[in-house]
Amino acid sequence: MGTYIIRRLLLVPVLLFGVTVLIFGMLQFLSPVERSALYVRDIPKNDNAINGIIKTYGLDQPLYVQYWRWMVGRTDTVTGKRTGGILFGDFGYSRTASTTVNNLILTRFPNTLDLTLWAVVPVISVGIWLGVQAAVHQNGFIDQAARIFSIIGTSFPTFVFGLLMLLIFYANLQWFPPGRLSDWASQIVYSSSFHHYTSLLTIDSLLNGRLDIFWDAMRHMLMPILTLSYISWATFVRVTRSSMLETLRMEYVTTARAKGLPENVVINKHARPNAMLPVVTLAGFQVITLLGGVVITETVFNYPGIGQAAANAAAQLDVITVLGFAIFNGLILILANLVVDVMYAFIDPRVRLS
Amino acid sequence: MADSALPTGDNTLLRETTPLRDISGLERFLGPENYRILRGLLKTPASILGFILIALFIFIALAAPLIAPPLTPDDPYKIPRDGFTSEPRPMMSDWTRNAPPLPFWWKPIMKTDHWVHILGTSQGQYDVFYGIVWGTRTAFRTGFIVVIATFLIGIIVGSVSAYYGGAVDNIIMRVVDVFLTLPFILAALILAAVLTPKIGRSLIPSIIALITFGWMGYARVIRSDILSVKERDFIMAARVIGVKDSQILFRHIIPNAIFPTLVLASLGIGDVVLTFAALSFLGIGVNVGYADWGQVLSFARNWITSLNMYWYIIVWPGLTLTLFVMGWNLVGDALRDVLDPRMRGKT
Repeated sequence: MGTYIIRRLLLVPVLLFGVTVLIFGMLQFLSPVERSALYVRDIPKNDNAINGIIKTYGLDQPLYVQYWRWMVGRTDTVTGKRTGGILFGDFGYSRTASTTVNNLILTRFPNTLDLTLWAVVPVISVGIWLGVQAAVHQNGFIDQAARIFSIIGTSFPTFVFGLLMLLIFYANLQWFPPGRLSDWASQIVYSSSFHHYTSLLTIDSLLNGRLDIFWDAMRHMLMPILTLSYISWATFVRVTRSSMLETLRMEYVTTARAKGLPENVVINKHARPNAMLPVVTLAGFQVITLLGGVVITETVFNYPGIGQAAANAAAQLDVITVLGFAIFNGLILILANLVVDVMYAFIDPRVRLS
Repeated sequence: MADSALPTGDNTLLRETTPLRDISGLERFLGPENYRILRGLLKTPASILGFILIALFIFIALAAPLIAPPLTPDDPYKIPRDGFTSEPRPMMSDWTRNAPPLPFWWKPIMKTDHWVHILGTSQGQYDVFYGIVWGTRTAFRTGFIVVIATFLIGIIVGSVSAYYGGAVDNIIMRVVDVFLTLPFILAALILAAVLTPKIGRSLIPSIIALITFGWMGYARVIRSDILSVKERDFIMAARVIGVKDSQILFRHIIPNAIFPTLVLASLGIGDVVLTFAALSFLGIGVNVGYADWGQVLSFARNWITSLNMYWYIIVWPGLTLTLFVMGWNLVGDALRDVLDPRMRGKT
């Protein structure tokens, strides 16, 4: 297993290099002036000043020089201050949010994380339960229902589903509003008496002992959570079902039944744990996808996470901002993939013992 | 032994053998494995429903000028708009200005001769019905272009990778990994946002973005199919009788390995159209007023608080898009069962 993990670790820098080259390539469609937003806050209107910036930051240099500068930034010879450099986590300035891309990520990411944490629980638990039930009662009522459910789930475009939720639960019933918080609640949250321990709103409100704010935050998150769950359940049910069906055909399951074990013991103790391997991988990917900013869901519900920020920036053609988000997400993706693969190696005896 | 037992090269015995079952011309043409895939697709009620949905949309796309005659025949994709007020108007309300010509089926069915907004108008008085009907053509156009392009790229990359093997294979597969690492929707957003100022608002930026980040799956599938076909006996036989490598690849390996990828790709249209609609819902892509389902839906974004009054501006285009994607998914679901290696041989 040692060599497996080492091989897997060696792949990380390769992927990182590839992703940066790919993004750098797309960056070359922009003019040097637009690219200067990687280093300076305000792009001057004056031609001389623009030329000065292009010279200073070498935006007219050969590509490999520019790539290197993009990676490590430029250190001012006099002040010793470094500007730019994605290796140091400096993604440049966001024209549309008028702040640094880093700041934008820092303020938006906790909201996305909050949503992810609450969405993951129903997705995984209900998805696995339904998948196991469908496999145990193969071709029975639950199986057929789960199949129809998952085909509808994969066919429903996220934004159509989201808009329908808004139509029913917001416009008609007035139960769950879009956005992040009601006005009264955000006044309290941004006042000095409210302590931000974790910057995850739901957890902070509980730590502050404000159940009303917790409830308000949940009310705003319920529709995005349901949308995300419904769309992801489909894949979960399908994978759990087929893995479980395969396990139930194994000889050791027949042995367990022949020993006279009760059916629920056979399923819960013998079959299900072994059927969970592909589901663990899927769960990992699901969390990664959710963390990557669920662009469309957040946009539909006007939920201020990183996905919505990226979509807003893209609609206004603010490429630098979206690039920052893409690199950030790529990084999360690579690291989380690594964690999932290593975890998988620990769980699966076939990998662990080889 | 009689003289007649000597081999003459004309094997009469072989001519008399009959297969255990009838083999149709189609099966001879496709080969038994591909024929099995095709038959599996036409077997379940779900996939037949899928084919019916697809056929319905093909009909709408072909008959678009008859169903909804365009106001401007030179530019039929422009959704006709009835005025400029932003507030949507309900279903079956009359056209007040810029009414397009009446379609031939309207009078016999409705017994009136004034054209109405069958499904209402959306923000900016764009007619929802026209958006849906002509949007079907947009959907098929983008779907076909993207699927054909990603399929070709996937075939080329995948077969080069599988054919050369070794270091080339390793490098190409790492490139595939890199493309898969970038979150798809963000990557597509960046590329579309970068390209839009260069080539203007049209279908093209989104199409290029979808092609650039859409070929990897096909490359992987064709690669693994080629690797397995490469080991088959008939390839060995071709090698033994001295067929050239390039000929083995193009005449013997690819035709035998391409079918699953081909079916997979053709069913990818549903996904492509879905993603394309999502991009234009986010405001990337075509000009305002171009018949495109994603854009018709995005008109609703400003009316979220009053959707209870204007439900028709999301329900109809949303239903259309969902049914379109569902048609392809139903067939695709049957395909997954047929292609599952554990199901092979059980038709």
